[in-house]
Amino acid sequence: MQSRPAPQPGLTFEYLMWLFIRISGLGLYLVALVGVTAALVMGARTQLDMGTLIRWTFFPNSGHVANAGVDLELGWVSLLWQIMQGMAVVFGVTHGMNGLRNILEDFISNKGTRLVVRVIIILLWILFLYAAFTLVLSDTL
Amino acid sequence: MARERNVGVFDGFIYRGGGPMLAWLLHRISGIGIVVFVGLHILANAFNGQIGSAINTVFMSWVFQLLVFFCVIFHAINGLRIIILDLWPALLEHQREAIWIEWGFFLPIYAIAAIVIISKGLAG
Repeated sequence: MQSRPAPQPGLTFEYLMWLFIRISGLGLYLVALVGVTAALVMGARTQLDMGTLIRWTFFPNSGHVANAGVDLELGWVSLLWQIMQGMAVVFGVTHGMNGLRNILEDFISNKGTRLVVRVIIILLWILFLYAAFTLVLSDTL
Repeated sequence: MARERNVGVFDGFIYRGGGPMLAWLLHRISGIGIVVFVGLHILANAFNGQIGSAINTVFMSWVFQLLVFFCVIFHAINGLRIIILDLWPALLEHQREAIWIEWGFFLPIYAIAAIVIISKGLAG
C-alpha cells in the first residue's frame, strides 16, 4: 500500500487547513469556556446534572435540553447565543470534516480516488452544516 | 524524492514510536469517534425524531458515555498540546516530556468524569 505524497511548502490549501485546524481548535475551547461559565451563572449549578450541563454549554437551545426538564431563565434565547452556537457548529463541523479528509487522504495514493473522497466530504460538510443550523435556529427570538 | 513517503500499514506496526506515536494514533481514533458520534446525533435529531431518540438512548447509556468522554477529553487535551508545541516550536525538543505532562492532565480529568458517569450509571 502506498500513501499520498507529502504536501508542498508554501501558501497552499494544505497549509491553510493546517492553520484552520489549530485556530478552530482554540475557537472551540473559547466557545466551551464561555458557554460553561454562562450556563453556571444562569443557574445550571443547582438545576442541571453533568450531561445536561455539557449539552447546555455548547448548544443552549430548547430542543437540545428538552428532556431534562430544566427551568432556567430564558436569558439564552438571544442573538448572542445563536451566534455562539453558530460558531460552535461552523468550527466543529469544519474541524471534523477536515480531520476526516486528512485521515482518509493519508491512505489514498490515487489522485482520482482522492478527488472523489474530497467531493463526498464537501457534500457531507454541507449536509452537517444544514442539519446543525436547522437545530440551532429552532428557538424563535 | 525525499518527500516521497512510502510507509505501508505493516511497516507502521513494526515502527516503535512510543508515546508520541500512541498520542498521534489516539488523536486520530478519538477524532473519528467524535465525528461518528456527533454526526449521527445531528443527523438523527435533524431529520427523524424517532430514530433520533433511539440513538439518544444508546448515547446516554453510561458505557457509551465512558467511550465518548475518553474521545472528547483526550482529543481536546492532545490538541492543546499540539497547538502549544506548534506555537513555540523550540518546545518540540521536549515533546516526549510534554506527552507525559499531557497524561498527567488527562488521567485526573478523565477519572473525575468516569467516577461521575459510573456512579450515576450504577445508581440509576
